[in-house]
Amino acid sequence: MKTEDLIGALVADTATPTRPLGSTMAFAALVGVISSGLLFWGVLGPRPDVATAIATPRFLLKFVECAGLAAAAGTSAWAAMRPAADRRLGRAGLAAAVAIVVAGVLAEAFVVPSADWGTRLLGTNWLHCLTLVPLLALPAFAVLVAAARNGASTEPGRTGAILGIAAGAIGAFFYAANCTDDSPFFVATWYTLAIAATAVLGAFIGRRTLAW
Amino acid sequence: MTRDAAREADWSDWMRAALDGDAAAYRRLLDALTPVLRAGARRGLTRAGVGTADVEDVVQETLLALHLKRHTWDRAQPLMPWVVTVARHKLVDGLRRRGRRIELPVGDFEEILAAPEERDPTEAGDVDRLLGRLAPRQRDIVRSITVEDRSIAATADRLGMTEGAVRVALHRGLKALAAFSGSMT
Repeated sequence: MKTEDLIGALVADTATPTRPLGSTMAFAALVGVISSGLLFWGVLGPRPDVATAIATPRFLLKFVECAGLAAAAGTSAWAAMRPAADRRLGRAGLAAAVAIVVAGVLAEAFVVPSADWGTRLLGTNWLHCLTLVPLLALPAFAVLVAAARNGASTEPGRTGAILGIAAGAIGAFFYAANCTDDSPFFVATWYTLAIAATAVLGAFIGRRTLAW
Repeated sequence: MTRDAAREADWSDWMRAALDGDAAAYRRLLDALTPVLRAGARRGLTRAGVGTADVEDVVQETLLALHLKRHTWDRAQPLMPWVVTVARHKLVDGLRRRGRRIELPVGDFEEILAAPEERDPTEAGDVDRLLGRLAPRQRDIVRSITVEDRSIAATADRLGMTEGAVRVALHRGLKALAAFSGSMT
């Protein structure tokens, strides 16, 4: 085929309007959060003492950490799926999200005697955390990856990993309402491991589904 | 503003107009971009040491990718950095696939590659081969609009379809071509 013939077809195809990627991804983020939230209400629900827990800083910090990470990873993924987009805001956001977690750990180390550090870190439910966070992340992950196929990631594995982190953080956000381990030591260890697992899954799936 | 910068600013304007449905601006843009993409593909293939026989295939795959991904360009930004990133991605992609397809050492092909090209240099075979993999109806429509250079209206008329159905089939056909080219071995 001659190149000018192909150009003729591409020009004719402008009759089919494009859908702005921003609205596709914003809609996917909304649907992703709602579907993970519905799964949470369906299988877990909040812990029984949630009314009193809500007044404790450790419990609240978990939501700040998870929401911050989800927003930062979302921003980063948004840049990763558009060629030549500026990645600085996403990087700064991820650095800020990590800084919040580190600050929480330092504050906990300051107020808790070192003899108790081990029990705080191990908590009671780390196995729940490692399995339920990825489970709750799955609906959001599926929706986000499906929508990201409309993007153009020059590094599909990397983009998939970032979407895995975003979905993992969404799953962790909901799981945090059920989880009775509120120590920043526990969160920095087990939540991070659970989200790392969704990141690895994301890299693996992204390489296959986000190539174009 | 240098001449290049002025030219690139025009291209950004044309793409903005194209995204708003201005087909004439889109044709101007693609006609202007094609020689740039061709030069880039030629340089890239030469640097990779695989000869320049496939230049036009790379150009066509890149045009297809630019077209199908044009909504990923941020219209507040200049167009060219986005075009260059997409073109480089398709070049690397093409080299990877060609690496898989041509498993013999390049040396064995030197004579063939060095032979004067007899075909039209703006003609490439990959897209034609991929056309063969489309569903018959889709292939008819894409062929009618590309090779036979008919408009959507004329194609609809000839095939007894509505213009809307031809539009949809053309769009799906182009997407399928791009998907095939990504999985071509």
